[in-house]
Amino acid sequence: MSADRNSSEWTNKGALPDMSVEIAGVTLKNPVMTASGTFGSGMEYSEFVDLNHLGAVVTKGVANVPWEGNPTPRVAEVYGGMLNAIGLQNPGIDVFIERDLAFLKQFDTKVIVNVCGHTEEEYLEVVERLADQPVDMLEINVSCPNVKQGAIQFGQDPKCLCDITEKIKRVAGQPVIMKLTPNVTDIAQMARAAEAGGADAISLINTLMGMKIDVEKRKFVLANKTGGLSGPAIKPVAVRMVWQAAQAVRIPVIGMGGIASAEDAVEFMLAGASAVAVGAMNFHDPYLTQKVVDGMEQYLIRHNISTARELTGAVL
Amino acid sequence: MKRKTRMTVTSNRCLTDGIYSMTLQYPEGEAPDAVNPGQFAGIYTGNPAMLLPRPISICEWDPACRTLRFVFRVAGAGTAELAAMKEGSRTDMLGVLGNGYDLSALADRKVLLLGGGIGIPPMVGLAEALHDLPGTEVTAAMGYRDNNLFLTEELTACSRLLIATEDGSVGTSGNVLDAVRENAIEADVVCACGPMPMLRAVAGYAKEKGIPAYISLEERMACGVGACLGCVTRTREVDAHSHVRNARICTEGPVFRAEEVEIG
Ligand SMILES: Cc1cc2nc3c(=O)[nH]c(=O)nc-3n(C[C@H](O)[C@H](O)[C@H](O)COP(=O)(O)OP(=O)(O)OC[C@H]3O[C@@H](n4cnc5c(N)ncnc54)[C@H](O)[C@@H]3O)c2cc1C
Ligand SMILES: Cc1cc2nc3c(=O)[nH]c(=O)nc-3n(C[C@H](O)[C@H](O)[C@H](O)COP(=O)(O)O)c2cc1C
Ligand code: FES
Repeated sequence: MSADRNSSEWTNKGALPDMSVEIAGVTLKNPVMTASGTFGSGMEYSEFVDLNHLGAVVTKGVANVPWEGNPTPRVAEVYGGMLNAIGLQNPGIDVFIERDLAFLKQFDTKVIVNVCGHTEEEYLEVVERLADQPVDMLEINVSCPNVKQGAIQFGQDPKCLCDITEKIKRVAGQPVIMKLTPNVTDIAQMARAAEAGGADAISLINTLMGMKIDVEKRKFVLANKTGGLSGPAIKPVAVRMVWQAAQAVRIPVIGMGGIASAEDAVEFMLAGASAVAVGAMNFHDPYLTQKVVDGMEQYLIRHNISTARELTGAVL
Repeated sequence: MKRKTRMTVTSNRCLTDGIYSMTLQYPEGEAPDAVNPGQFAGIYTGNPAMLLPRPISICEWDPACRTLRFVFRVAGAGTAELAAMKEGSRTDMLGVLGNGYDLSALADRKVLLLGGGIGIPPMVGLAEALHDLPGTEVTAAMGYRDNNLFLTEELTACSRLLIATEDGSVGTSGNVLDAVRENAIEADVVCACGPMPMLRAVAGYAKEKGIPAYISLEERMACGVGACLGCVTRTREVDAHSHVRNARICTEGPVFRAEEVEIG
């Protein structure tokens, strides 16, 4: 991987491209993050990848108190992707700060905490608790399709989205990324609503609501019946939505949805993303985040581009 | 250390109706993983439309040959792809996963191993490991549907083997506990892997006898390494990782003390 850097082929070509990107005043060493919920709090995958090499680690959603999540089965494989209905199981903000945040602070990477809640008060409580913590950014999940109450309704009504963004911004100690759901008719309108509420950035897409039925047993495969679709199957939808959102706002866009390679990541950047997140494909290849970083650097060299940020919106 | 390794299929053959035995070898020059009986690996199908590895228990392992052996049932499209893999081909494997059985809790005891159907393969590796421990007495009661038996030679070599079949064609007619009762087997501890109704019955049996039971659970998995929270089981107490009553079968399990989990 990084051995490539020392090879003569590289040094002969002169300076390496600048992989860093800036989001809301925070400089990431490269544009590659982990997608919330697919990487825990980094501990499990730190056996496979050096977290120091990632632009940021985005944590699993955390709430004010522990959440049990949904009954099992919670996951199902589908063609080119998977469904999940974890239901935002999390240990609550206190354990998160004490254990998970402490773990992440050992690494030289940015820490973005994904926040979930059922109600406005619950979101605000977590955001306030994090205000004086060593966290670089917050990502607000107003788009989870798997919890019955709250969450997604904030993300599906532009007025609600603008409103909750404003309230979060008032108490937040860090830049705020609003994470948008693709389960809407007009993504540009939602992106504008987040921007109007004062969001520092937006990220998309969260999972697409899906379903799988076992035809032999005539039963729903997931206990929750519906689940969020992710993986390569959703990538074209995600790229389109990132492009539409990026056209609609001036704040940075973080793109995700089915990224399986450096080329996929570049595709999101070209569509208008300033950074990208690798999600479900971590389950296929636990080394993928590192490979995307390395491959993106090689793409820049191959195309004679000196900085990663030049890729943003550079579709011709 | 968990890793994804490109393994070579050194043998892949049908044992009996729908049951396959596949041996995977580590690449030249790569040290094999240390294995604890009851652990599993995630085997990738090679079909790019199937993203997730299939969790399959390690049946036997041979450090000298740098191989792992898996025995699996064709249960769907993924395992059908595994069954079709040719000797000499390569496949990715994520491993070694899960906790496995705590051998120190089994040493010097009369251990009863219970396996039902495709829960039998991990019991073979466990029986072999226990056979090597001095003072440990191993009785294995294995339950099959019918006379399509598999892995009986391996089990006979390292344990006293009792067989139960649902249709009564071999051994005791009925389930593994019927075989245990019929043969008046007494044990200090029981280890079991099999379908949920069997595990419930085993938990009840162990409680009645006042002996510990270690059971191996199954659940749909995505990451296999503890990150996605897909594979949880309800626990009696608040679990140290989740801080709710959910333990990850891929990480805290698949082997649990029966009274730790709510399999009601
Ligand atoms: C820890 C563990 C150990 C296992 N050990 C063995 C073994 O030694 N031998 C054996 O034959 N089987 C074993 N299984 C079951 C095996 O994983 C499934 O039969 C297999 O994944 C089915 O895949 P498929 O694509 O053929 O079926 P499909 O039904 O098409 O699979 C669709 C999806 O569901 C998952 N899935 C389906 N059934 C199960 C199941 N019972 N458990 C977990 N995931 C499932 C698949 O992995 C896949 O992601 C084990 C399961 C677990 C969790
Ligand atoms: C198992 C799983 C758990 C997830 N949990 C969360 C979560 O807690 N919060 C969140 O905002 N998004 C969550 N997501 C959505 C992902 O972060 C991402 O937006 C989505 O999966 C699309 O990207 P992908 O196709 O690369 O996975 C989860 C996705 C998966 C597959
Ligand atoms: S399969 Fe992901 S936590 Fe167990």
